[in-house]
Amino acid sequence: MDNNKSWIDQRFPLTKVWNEHLAEYYTPRNFNFWYFFGSLAMLVLVMQIVTGIFLTMHFKPDAANAFASVEYIMRDVDWGWLIRYLHSTGASAFFIVIYLHMYRGLLYGSYKAPRELIWILGMVLYIALMAEAFMGYVLPWGQMSYWGAQVIISLFGSVPFIGPDLLVWILGDYAVGDPALNRFFSLHVIALPLILVVLVFLHIVALHTVGSNNPDGVEIKKNKDKDGIPKDGIPFHPYYSVKDIVGVVVFLMIFSAVVFFAPAMNGYFLEHANFVEANPLKTPDHIAPLWYLTPFYSVLRAIPPMFGSQFPGVVGMFAALLILLALPWLDRSKVKSIRYRSWPYKVALGIFVVSFIILGWLGMQPVTPVNALLARIFTAAYFGFFILMPWFTSIGKTKEVPARVTEK
Amino acid sequence: MKKLLKTTTSVLAGLTLSFSVMAAGGGALDHANTDINDQKSLQNGASLFMNYCSGCHSIEFMRYNRIGKDLNISDADVEKDLMFSGDKIGNPITSSMSKEGAEKWFGTTPPDLSLVSRSKGVDWIYTYLRGFYKDDTRPFGVNNKILINASMPDVLWELKQNKSAEDFDQDVRDITNFLDYVGEPAKLVRVDLGYKVLGFLFVLFILSYLLKKEYWKDVKYGKWRAKD
Repeated sequence: MDNNKSWIDQRFPLTKVWNEHLAEYYTPRNFNFWYFFGSLAMLVLVMQIVTGIFLTMHFKPDAANAFASVEYIMRDVDWGWLIRYLHSTGASAFFIVIYLHMYRGLLYGSYKAPRELIWILGMVLYIALMAEAFMGYVLPWGQMSYWGAQVIISLFGSVPFIGPDLLVWILGDYAVGDPALNRFFSLHVIALPLILVVLVFLHIVALHTVGSNNPDGVEIKKNKDKDGIPKDGIPFHPYYSVKDIVGVVVFLMIFSAVVFFAPAMNGYFLEHANFVEANPLKTPDHIAPLWYLTPFYSVLRAIPPMFGSQFPGVVGMFAALLILLALPWLDRSKVKSIRYRSWPYKVALGIFVVSFIILGWLGMQPVTPVNALLARIFTAAYFGFFILMPWFTSIGKTKEVPARVTEK
Repeated sequence: MKKLLKTTTSVLAGLTLSFSVMAAGGGALDHANTDINDQKSLQNGASLFMNYCSGCHSIEFMRYNRIGKDLNISDADVEKDLMFSGDKIGNPITSSMSKEGAEKWFGTTPPDLSLVSRSKGVDWIYTYLRGFYKDDTRPFGVNNKILINASMPDVLWELKQNKSAEDFDQDVRDITNFLDYVGEPAKLVRVDLGYKVLGFLFVLFILSYLLKKEYWKDVKYGKWRAKD
């Protein structure tokens, strides 16, 4: 044994891991605002797991008791209201953080070679997170929990040939009911969190293998000093760990303002109708999923039924998610960062962001002829961004990328 | 840092704006103007609710002694003034009316009101309670302007007749305020706690920012300044 090493290091690569991933992990020196959201996503994940553990201690996954057990948490459990609001606000915060994190990837071309796998793992994470959030939303067993689940799960019934059997298999019944609630609880507290944690681990392993991109899209590893340290790199710890703490505190200030002053966020984080217990006999006038799922819900509704089947809409909705996986290969541009991209990409990205937000808004609204038309137009724009990407990323004049990162 | 603050504020402003735009719309409701910190109003609301509403409507997620504790009413006074059904003080507040009876008398079961302030909002409750008008075609001789053909009689008619318009409005406001509290008892403490948490975080922000600045001197002028 190497006696120069500590007792632990002789048995476990503690110092090695610490150095490789923190103290001697070299990160571009020019990270900006957009680079806070990765660490914030980790923070929210941990917060959701911790608050979730305490909620699970008091929640009853039983159609007869679930709704009342949430109110029991809100009233009779010491600090239960705070734990519940942290968890419910955390769900929305998770998506805000993730959407900004993904947008950062689009801004600076972080998905481009050699970071394709980071992007793919991230997208799988995103899809798993949506499943996690959807199932979590069913658990309080309010009217929107119930009817939202009914609408979304019934989509599986439209799969050709096996649809009806698939539906019964998923629900364990002919409609959303106690068996569905129980299995969604199981998936929400065990299966999906495990998948999420493993995927986060892989996402970070992949990131640390190739290193972070940066707002200039310059590969810092191409420019090393005689000790093999990237000239534009600084150790993640302590420089970015102390910087991320500032980000965490600012995030917590905004987050706390919501938790303490507007936990329902006027019906956007906790829907009004979800304060009415699930009633299978009373369909609400208006059923809408929570805001973070509505862009895809809009795509679903935008595609008309064909041959009397809803299936094309379902395919469209999943295609809208899965097409994100192809992004690294659709982008033909030589440069990564928006700072040096040609104008067609900037315009396309702008249209894409606007389309996504409008689709999200439309997904909360009742269907009217105007809304349906708008949903179709913006669904076309959404898919257009990806389908036309090989073309608009190869035209126009890009600016010259500097050899080294730039600093203000 | 300045740029970061600017971006944060603009993102926040955008969010707030889009939320308020989305929240706009809905029927014309009177503004309830309740104040959850007005303990006298909550106490009066509790008393009015127990006298005029609790005969038919339960608030089953609420316990008698919790109201006492939160609204500063002694257990003895709760038992004397707020409890009429011979319940125990730690019990949830259920209505003594049977479901079958309710179906027969009103054509429907009066809903539990524990969460009505959260599902419908305080303005709705306030407008609804003040919204009864005479309509001889209805079984109880009254109709309601926002819940058309409501099966509920105008239980507050006595108050409306015997009091001035302002006093009656205040009574309705107190009941509404009480139901707002019942919808979320934690509301009494969470806003105050929120200011303390934000105060703490603000101090932490200053300290963490200074810590970051100190470390980043290495990046600007020290060991890790840009080479070449």
